[in-house]
Order: sequence, then C-alpha cells, then structure tokens
Amino acid sequence: MQKIVLIDYGSGNLRSAQKALVAAAATLSGGFDICASDDPKVIAAADRLVLPGVGAFAACMRALGERTGVIEAMTEAVQQGAKPFLGVCVGMQLLAERGLEFGQTQGLGWVGGEVRPLTPNDPHCKIPHMGWNALEEMTNHPLLRGLEVGAHMYFTHSYALFPNDPSNVIAQVDHGGRFTAAVAKANVAGVQFHPEKSQSAGLRLLANFLEWRP
Amino acid sequence: MLKVRVIPCLDVKDGRVVKGVNFLALRDAGDPVEQARVYDAAGADELMFLDITASHEGRGAILDVVSRTAEVCFMPVSVGGGIRAVEDARRLLRAGADKISINTSAVENPALLSDAADAFGSQCVVVAIDAKARPDGSGWEVFTYGGRKATGLDVIDYAVSAVKRGAGEILLTSMDRDGAKTGYDTALLRAITGAVNVPVIASGGAGSCADLVAGVRDGGADAVLAASIFHFGEVSIGEAKAAMRAAGLPVRPI
Repeated sequence: MQKIVLIDYGSGNLRSAQKALVAAAATLSGGFDICASDDPKVIAAADRLVLPGVGAFAACMRALGERTGVIEAMTEAVQQGAKPFLGVCVGMQLLAERGLEFGQTQGLGWVGGEVRPLTPNDPHCKIPHMGWNALEEMTNHPLLRGLEVGAHMYFTHSYALFPNDPSNVIAQVDHGGRFTAAVAKANVAGVQFHPEKSQSAGLRLLANFLEWRP
Repeated sequence: MLKVRVIPCLDVKDGRVVKGVNFLALRDAGDPVEQARVYDAAGADELMFLDITASHEGRGAILDVVSRTAEVCFMPVSVGGGIRAVEDARRLLRAGADKISINTSAVENPALLSDAADAFGSQCVVVAIDAKARPDGSGWEVFTYGGRKATGLDVIDYAVSAVKRGAGEILLTSMDRDGAKTGYDTALLRAITGAVNVPVIASGGAGSCADLVAGVRDGGADAVLAASIFHFGEVSIGEAKAAMRAAGLPVRPI
C-alpha cells in the first residue's frame, strides 16, 4: 500500500485533485492510500507527494510557509528521500526559484527558472490562457506515457514557469508562442494544466504519476 | 491553439435540476450530478451550474451538488447564483468548483470582484452580465436580480471596469435573446469582445448549431453556453462541435 499525500495549505483545487487521484488509482492494480494533510509527520512518511495550487504565486507560497514544518518536510522527502513529487498549476510554478506575480517571491527552487507573465505574440490570444489546449513537443517521459502529441488538457493561468535548463521541459503548449506545459527534473515533476479537470487524458497522467519510478 | 469551449448550463434549485436532459434513461433525472455525468461523457468542455435557489436555507444544497459532481466528473465546473461574499466563493471552490460567477453582487459591491481575485486569482472569477438593448439603440444596459432590476450602467463600461477589478472571464447573457432561440446577440458580443482582453462566454439565444458557430465567428466569443438546446436533445455536444469544426473553428475532439 503506497501512501500518497496531497499537501493541504488551503488551495482551492485540493479536493478535486484528491478525487481525481482516487479515480486514477482505481485504474491501477497497486494499492494506494490517498489523503490530504498539512502535518509534517504525515508528509514526511508519504511515498509520493502532490502539491495542488490555484491563485497567485505569492499567496500560495505564503500559505505554504505559514504551515509550520510543511516546506521542510516536503523538502526532506523530495531531496533526501527522493520521493516522487507532482506540482499542479501554481503547485508546479512554486517549484521555480522565484515568481514575479505581485512583486518578486522566492519559490521552492527545485527547478531552476522563474515564473513570469504570459505575453502572447498574437493579439487574439487572451489572458488568462483559459480552456483546452493541446500538448506539443512532448518527450518520452514516463509521466506522459500513453498520451499523444495533441492530447488536450485544461489550462487556466496567466503566468508560466520558464526553466533555465530546457531539458527540464517535458511538454509545451502554444498560446501566442510556446511555453512550459510540464516539467520534470529527477523525482520532481509539475504540470501547468489541471489533470484533475482534463477528463480521461488528465486521469491518465495522474495514473502515470502513481506508477512513476524516477 | 486554445479551443472554443462548449458549455452546457444547468439550472439548479434546492439541489435539483429545474430543466435538464429529459430524453435519457437516467436513474434520477432531477439529480444535477446525473446530468453532469451525461455531459461529461458527451465531451462537454466545461459545465455551468446556475443556482437559482431563492431561500437562504437552501443554499447549502449546491455545495453538496458540486462536491458530488467533483467525485465523478473530471471537467471544469463553474457555479453562479447567490455568491455575495468571498466566503461563499471559498466554500464553492473548496467543494470542487473551478470558477465562481458573480452577477448582482458584482454590481452592488464591486469590491467583491477584486477581493475574490486577490484571494483565488482572476482565473477563478467570472463576472456574469445580463445585458438588455436600450430601446433607442444606444447600446446595452446592465440588469441585476435575474433581469428584474435596471441599473443604468452601460454594459461596455461595466465590463471594462469589472475586468479591471479582477474578473478573469465574462459570461455575457443577452436578455433580449434569452429563451428566444433566435441566436446570440452577436453585435453585443462583438462590442464586449472588442473592449476587453479576457475570455467571453456567449449566452442567451442559442437555438441551433449555426447560432453556436455565429457566436464565435461573428461575435468573437471564446466559449458558447446553452441550456435548452442541449437539454432537450435538439443539438448534442458532438453535433455542436462537428458544426464548429466544419465552420473552421478550433474544437477539442471528443
């Protein structure tokens, strides 16, 4: 029985993400115990961690920091324990070294780069980037197994993570120019879209995460 | 490329669907969650629940609907109706809603839009505008309380100010066309899509696939919302998307 912990820091999409993980786990043969917690001991004991997130970078980072010991427990699980980690939407953006939404805010710094506003080069491309868009430039990363180029995911965001090292990008999306749809570096991964809202394609990605052995 | 979204809207009162899909063998046709499942399976891109519960006591029912929907439907869900405070929005988002749509309260308390955007991000905050053409042809006026109260506000000015305050999307309903099935008010849509840079959802008047196409092609809408044509099986989600694709509009394959 693997223990999957969603980090609960008041994020709006926590419950949806939890339910989608339960649905994704039901498609797999292994046993998974999926719970949400802000208890550092529970986080430290997890086999896999998921960090959801909606809203502004600074507000999310602050909410995470306000939970005593949570960032430390996450960091230890990821860096010393090498536990697989998935950040979703702002949860993915927090992986960066810094975010530039409402001033500059320090991120977790697990993926080198920064979170900047989207600046589409086509005036017809509106901000927020909201709706279904197709994945492009996908690598053969295990997280994307079974998903083809053109798989549609649900996005809703105005900022994106721009990694320093292009090899951290495992999928892109185009909205008046290409940007990061998914990143992975060792045992840490993140997706800008919402797999919990992306119907069968999203559940597939979550199932891939549950089976991922970095 | 971002796809045009097709959004069925369900009116919910005291936790029950008021008018919904009635042509399928559902276990419980009045259960919004059953209806949501139908649309999820049909390939809808998003779902809108409009809570028309009148009594304050009945308001909790929508939370249960949203929460149960999030258990079985993995698609974006917006909820409108009765959101008067940031806490109302927070409860809905925590239950599993992705966006909250604010109508009357955004007019009466404009700070609600900025407060909600600060708390949850603009991508969560939809301003719903009920627009009615002025009799003299000089544009459109904003109405509140389900179209019962004239506000004197100009729709274009109001839309621009709502976006400035933090609304990340506009749900634009033509009261003149609502229920008439004569097509969206594309002049109204054009006026708003030309004035703001956030996504605009066309609402009110869709009676056919051609109307859905016109809302996007002629009105510039980013998404099309409809209720009765989907509920009564006049147009399926698949047919709507096929028509849009045939018209050269980008849609997500089902």
